[in-house]
Amino acid sequence: MPLPALPRGLYAISALTLAMGSLAAPAQADTLNIGVQGELASFDTSQVSGGVWESQVLMDVFEGLVVQSPTGELLPGMATSWQVSDDGRTYTFHMRDDAKWSDGEPVTAEDFVFGWQHLLAPKNASKYAYMLYPIANAEAINTGKQPTDSLGAKSLDGGKTLEVTLDHPTPYFLQLLTHYTAYPVPKHLVDEYGRDWVDLDHIATNGAFHPVQWVSQSRISVEKSPTYYAADEVALDGVNYYTVEDRNAGISRFRAGELDVLADYPSSRYQWLKENLPKATHMSPMLGSYYYVLNHRDGHPTTDKRVREALNLAIRRNVISQQIMAGSFKASTGLVPPGTNHYQAQHMDLGSDDMNARMAKAKALLEEAGYGPDHPLTLRLRYNTSDEHKKIAIAVAAMWKPLGVDVQMINSEATVHYQTIAQGDFDVARAGWIADYNDAENFLALLHTGVGNNYGAYSNPAYDKLMDQAAQTLDLDAREKLLEQAEDLALNDYALVPLLTYVTRNLVNPDLQGWEDNVEDDHPSRWVSFKD
Amino acid sequence: MLSYTLKRLLMAIPTLLIVITISFFLMRVAPGGPFDGERQLPPEIEANLKAAYHLDEPLPMQYLRYMGNLLEGDFGPSFKYKDFSVTELIMQGFPVSLEIGGLAILLALLVGLPLGIAAAIRRNSTVDYLVMGTALTGIAVPNFVIAPIFALVFGVLLAWLPAGGWNGGAWPNLVLPVVALSIQQIAYIARMMRASMIETLGSHFIRTARAKGLSETEVIWRHAIRPAMLPVVSYLGPAIAGIITGSVVIEQIFGIPGIGRYFVQGALNRDYTLVMGTVVFYGVLIVLMNLIVDLLYSALDPQIRYDD
Repeated sequence: MPLPALPRGLYAISALTLAMGSLAAPAQADTLNIGVQGELASFDTSQVSGGVWESQVLMDVFEGLVVQSPTGELLPGMATSWQVSDDGRTYTFHMRDDAKWSDGEPVTAEDFVFGWQHLLAPKNASKYAYMLYPIANAEAINTGKQPTDSLGAKSLDGGKTLEVTLDHPTPYFLQLLTHYTAYPVPKHLVDEYGRDWVDLDHIATNGAFHPVQWVSQSRISVEKSPTYYAADEVALDGVNYYTVEDRNAGISRFRAGELDVLADYPSSRYQWLKENLPKATHMSPMLGSYYYVLNHRDGHPTTDKRVREALNLAIRRNVISQQIMAGSFKASTGLVPPGTNHYQAQHMDLGSDDMNARMAKAKALLEEAGYGPDHPLTLRLRYNTSDEHKKIAIAVAAMWKPLGVDVQMINSEATVHYQTIAQGDFDVARAGWIADYNDAENFLALLHTGVGNNYGAYSNPAYDKLMDQAAQTLDLDAREKLLEQAEDLALNDYALVPLLTYVTRNLVNPDLQGWEDNVEDDHPSRWVSFKD
Repeated sequence: MLSYTLKRLLMAIPTLLIVITISFFLMRVAPGGPFDGERQLPPEIEANLKAAYHLDEPLPMQYLRYMGNLLEGDFGPSFKYKDFSVTELIMQGFPVSLEIGGLAILLALLVGLPLGIAAAIRRNSTVDYLVMGTALTGIAVPNFVIAPIFALVFGVLLAWLPAGGWNGGAWPNLVLPVVALSIQQIAYIARMMRASMIETLGSHFIRTARAKGLSETEVIWRHAIRPAMLPVVSYLGPAIAGIITGSVVIEQIFGIPGIGRYFVQGALNRDYTLVMGTVVFYGVLIVLMNLIVDLLYSALDPQIRYDD
C-alpha cells in the first residue's frame, strides 16, 4: 500500500508549527488517543492475525449486522431486526435502509455475503475463517470441497434482506456476528481494485469512522464518517491508535497526557497505579482463563487421575492471584470464567479450605499412585517466556515441592512453546484462552476430543457426548445445563489445572464518557465522548 | 580510487549471497513457523496459508524462488503486516531510523570528540577523571534504563517534551530518543578518542612538530587530531549501521516507527520475508559503511592510498 507518510518537507513544516505551539501539545479535545499493544495486520478482515488490539481498530471502522453497547449488550447494527426459524437454523436479517459505505455507496446484504465468501475462499488463506464454520457449507468452502457461492448466506429483495442458513443450531450465532470475521466487505471496491481495496486511497468502511492515515508501527488515524447512519450520535471527530509495545513507556505517555486510553498496563504496576492514578486505573473481570494443561497422552504421569488431583490440591490460587500477581488476576477453579452469558461458573472440588488437610490428602494420593521419596514424581513444566508466566511457574513449582514433586521448568518463546506443546512434548504446560465470543462452548471446546487447541489430548467420551448434545439443543436453559454438566465432569476428572481468570487492565482518562468496563474488553469509540 | 571502490562493491556480492543463504536456512531451521501461535489452526486452514505463501514447496524450491524475486528487487509480502510489502516497511522505517541514528551519531561526535581530546590533553587531571568517570557510567547504564528515566523526568514530571511518539519527526519528539541513543556512543567515542590521542601525542612526528617550535595548540590541531581520529572513524562504520538498524529498545520505548524492531519482531513472529529483508538491508548497509570508512582513511592518513 502506498505510504501515507508526509513528504520530508512537510515534516519540517509540521515540526515548525508544532514547535510554535506547545511542546507536549495536548491533543484536540474531540480526538481520542488510544495506546494499543500491537499493530493491525490488515484492514482486510480476512487477513487479520488475531491480536486483541486489532479488534479495537476494526470495530471502530466496520460494523456488523449487530453491534455491542458500551457494556457489551447486543444492539441492532447494519440489520435493524431479524427473525430466527423454529429449528434455530435460519436467520433472516432486515438490512438498514440508510447504511452507507464511507464513499457513499449503500451497504447491502450482498456485501455481507461477499465478505463471508471472501473470508472463506481458500485462496485468501484466512487464519480465522473457522469462526464462520457454523454457516452451512462454510467449512466445505474453506477446505476447497465446495464453490464459494454454495455458502448458506443469500442476499434477497435486492440486498435488503439477508438469509443465513446454519449447519446446526448455534445459540451464540448473534454473538459471533460481532466478531470482525463477520463484517461486510465492500464488493464494489474489491471488484475494482482487487487486493488493493484496503489501500487508504481506495478503502471505504461502514463503521462510525474511516481510516485516513497509517504510519506503520506508529499510528493509525481514523476520522468520523459523515455517511454513518448514526453520525449525529458520534461525539468524537477522530481516533488515533498508537502502537505501544513497551507497556511501561505507555504508562509514561498516558501520564504525560499523550494517551487517553492505554490498553493493558503491566500487572506489576497495578498497585502503584491504583494508589497514584486511582480514577484512571481500571480493572475488571474478563472472559479469559489462565490454566495449566495436563498431558493425557500415554506415558505421562499426569494420565493418573490421582496425580492430577494431587497437583490441583496443592496449589494456593489465592496466593498466586493476590501476592504473586498483586491482585491483577482473579483466582479460578474452573475453565469457563464467571460472567459468561447464560452460564453458571463451575468449580473444581478441592475439599476443604484448610491447606494442611489438602496437602495431606495430596501426599496420600501421590503415595497411592506409587510416588514417594524413593521414586519422586518428576514433571516437565513448559511455559512461554514472560515475567508473569515465570513468576507463576516458580510459585506453582514451589507449591508442589512439599509433595516431593521435582519440577523441571522449560521456557521458550511463544511460537516454539505452542508448537512444542501441540506435539505433546510436556507433562504440564502453561496455556491461556481469551473468548472469541461470549459463550461457554468457546472454552469447553478446549477439552473436546481431537480439537486442535486441546493441547493435553484430553479425551472423555462422556464429556464429548454432553458437548455434542449441547450443540444440538436449542433451548438455552437446557443447553446451559448440559454445558455445565460437561465442565463439572471434566473438573472432577481433574482434566487440567485451572489457575486464574484474566482481568481487563486499562488506563482511562477520567474525562471520558461512554467508556465502560466489560467482560470482553471491547470498547467501541462510537459511544465515547469527552465530558465538557 | 574509483577502481578500488568498484572492486570492493563487486567483492560484496559473494559476501551478501552467503549472508542471505545462511540466514534463509537458519530462519527455516528455527523451530516454530509463521502460523504457529496460541491458537492451533485447523489443518485445512494451515494448508491454505502455507499454499498462499509457497511454504508447501520443498525448501530448495523456496530458496530459488526467494533469490529469483530478490534479483527483481522484490522482498515479498510480510507474513504479519499484510497491508504492506517488506520493501514498503523498510522504506517507511529506514528514513526514521536514519534520522534518529544519524542525529545521535552526530551528537555523539560533537560531544564525544572534544571531551576525549580535552581528557587526553589534561591527562590525569580533574577534567580527565571527570570525563572518563562519566563516560564509564554512560557505557555501563544501558539504554533500557536511560530511556524510561528520560521519558519519566522530561515527559511526565517536567512535561517539557513528549514522553513518546513520532509525530512525523517533529523536533520535540526527536530530542529524548536522540539523546538517549547517543549517550553510550558519546561515552565510547570519548574514551576511544582519549586513548588514541594520548598515543598520538607520544609519537615521533609530534615530537618533531614540538621540536620545530610549534605552539601546543598548533601541534594538536594541525598534527595530532587527524591521525588520532582513525580508530574513531573505523568504529563509526559498523556503529552507524548498528545504531540505524539496532535501536530496538529506543524505538519500542519511545514508540518510534524505525526498522530496528522489524528484526526482533520479524524473528519472533517467524515473519521469514521480513527478517530476510532486514538482513539483506543491514548487510548492504554494513558493506557500504565499511567502504566509506576505508575511503575516509585515506583522507585522514596520507600513508594510506588506494591506487592499484
